Amino acid sequence: MSMSEGPKVLPGAETEKEAIDVEARPKRSGGFFQPLTDRWNGLPRQVQWLWLVVVVVIAYLLPILDIPIVTTQPGNDWALACFSMASYALIAVGLNVVVGFAGLLDLGYVAFFAVGSYTAALLTSPDSPFVHIPYLWTIPVAMAVTMFFGVVLGVPTLRLRGDYLAIVTLGFGEIVRILATIIPALKGQVGFQNIGRPPGTAADGEPIFANSNGTPWYWLTLTIIIIVLLLVGNLERSRVGRAWIAIREDEDAAEIMGVPTFKYKVWAFAIGASIGGLSGALFAGQVGFVNNQKFDVQTSILFLAAVVLGGAGNKVGALLGGVIVAYIPLRFTAIANYKYLIFGIALVLIMIFRSKGLLPARQRLLAYGRTAYRRVTSKQGHAAPPAATDAGKGAAS
Amino acid sequence: MSSETFGSPGTGTAIDHAAELEVDAAVAAAAAPDRDIAVEVGDNIVEVKNLTVKFGGLVALDDVSFTIKRGEILGLIGPNGAGKTTAFNAMTGVYKPTSGDVLLEGKSIKGRKQHAITRLGLARTFQNIRLFGEMTALENVVVGLDARHRTSVVGALLRLPRHIREEKTAIDRGMALLEFVGIASQAGVLARHLPYGYQRRLEIARALATDPKVLCLDEPAAGFNPAEKEELMALIRTIRADGYTVLLIEHDMKLVMGVTDRIVVLEFGRKLADDTPTVIRNDPRVIAAYLGEPEDDVA
Repeated sequence: MSMSEGPKVLPGAETEKEAIDVEARPKRSGGFFQPLTDRWNGLPRQVQWLWLVVVVVIAYLLPILDIPIVTTQPGNDWALACFSMASYALIAVGLNVVVGFAGLLDLGYVAFFAVGSYTAALLTSPDSPFVHIPYLWTIPVAMAVTMFFGVVLGVPTLRLRGDYLAIVTLGFGEIVRILATIIPALKGQVGFQNIGRPPGTAADGEPIFANSNGTPWYWLTLTIIIIVLLLVGNLERSRVGRAWIAIREDEDAAEIMGVPTFKYKVWAFAIGASIGGLSGALFAGQVGFVNNQKFDVQTSILFLAAVVLGGAGNKVGALLGGVIVAYIPLRFTAIANYKYLIFGIALVLIMIFRSKGLLPARQRLLAYGRTAYRRVTSKQGHAAPPAATDAGKGAAS
Repeated sequence: MSSETFGSPGTGTAIDHAAELEVDAAVAAAAAPDRDIAVEVGDNIVEVKNLTVKFGGLVALDDVSFTIKRGEILGLIGPNGAGKTTAFNAMTGVYKPTSGDVLLEGKSIKGRKQHAITRLGLARTFQNIRLFGEMTALENVVVGLDARHRTSVVGALLRLPRHIREEKTAIDRGMALLEFVGIASQAGVLARHLPYGYQRRLEIARALATDPKVLCLDEPAAGFNPAEKEELMALIRTIRADGYTVLLIEHDMKLVMGVTDRIVVLEFGRKLADDTPTVIRNDPRVIAAYLGEPEDDVA
């Protein structure tokens, strides 16, 4: 077969070639969302935006609508449930940057949530001896502080890979929880009460952002989610997103293609951490109380489950995962105690049948990719992937 | 079938090559920007000096020295285990040399990070294809282009003007590079869904995208049939015609003899010979070590 003198190609190369060509045969990923995803991708940009506006309006109306079957009443207050869903969604979007984009398994994400919560508590609660600032200012401060913690954790540990990184982050999560217990200034189980809230008073003299009133908190969080989604989307469709996905796909190859992998991994950690801190500050404000009880490993795993369930790497999927993980135990209070069992089983099933999560849509990594791809498709007439390797004149000569 | 990517289909190979070079000249202008290279054509662009790499007790490379001249296609051959890929890895920063040095345009690359070496102008492909499977062909190439981009994370977050400018030029240059290697029609296909031959070409496009002064190809023809090898040779020649210097590791002697200007032969980690293909072909030591003993073919 080979006309070459000298040694033949590596025996491995032929088998590799066959394996790749088999892999290359077009196949549908299947799943019940696939036709929907295709239809969505086929829509013009303007129509997509219009649909998004509709979805956003519905999302804003959610706590007021209180749809009969969907609602968590009477077991749980629906507006507060909405807020809970929104905070989990925000956390999932943040964790998705680390786990889904950059492929860094972080099992201690709750630590950043904790740091954000404690930052808000220390700066607003009357129980804290520190300087007090208005609550809304604690949000950027909490983001900056958690970002700093993200870098502090990232710089020494991001030289590790895979399992080792996961174990170190797990340890970091525990360290933060234990520090909250043993440092006297953090008040352990006693915690901080009367954490600040955004300003504003309703007609009846009650503050608008009352702890028991979920709707304004939900609206605030939803607005923040939309801003975060837009910004994360900007990053995704830039060299930053491409660097993250390249690192996830093949870190060594990325480094050799000129990607400063370490720098972008630290950025992923820092950005993910700051979103976690943001969510923590919102949570502390809504509940009005922070102690060391909510930041255990299980919560970290639950956050991770949200990302994996929804679809790691897809920010909308992660959002959906966060909503589901928060919603199920609130809606079905009877089974709330078994939530880890249920999510465990759900994860196993998802891994078997939809290994890429509920919404496995892939990333778009080019800001102006649509036009380029459209040009190619229109030039071809019909985009039929070639069957074999007969590139160019291979067939002619 | 997909002849549009490679100029008009000709009757003979020679005509094909001519047509192809003509078509590619226009594409090449878009694919390759002006490069600022310190050395003149024919001068040494890479100097490998007494390079030694040891893994524990195993000496993978033993005091190997050779140079790559700007504008040439240098072949690096040798039996399996001779140290070709080790030399590659030491040059591109994957392995740290035990002793010796590699100079690119007179600057030592020793101790530099791999991504910094790539930005200095030394790009490579992999023996076993290592594309970013979940990215489209175009996105893969743009990752390479990013090596020359200057957008910061904040710039990307806020879509500052430089980011927008770079994203737009990246699309154009990326498409030009895909066209250059003949797979422009596959721009939107995920890399792992591409057929093998296209994946090899995409690897070359991605390496070219980093705007290298020296392009190192590690067995680019592995797994190709003779017709595909012909096309690859034409592509490598076009790359050289476009002003790149090429270092080629290859097993296939026909390909190496047909395309290179000079050949360095390694055996057991040592340099055996360094000369033009004609001389190498007739060098008894090389024949003994490598060419003439078919029973040693599959090592």
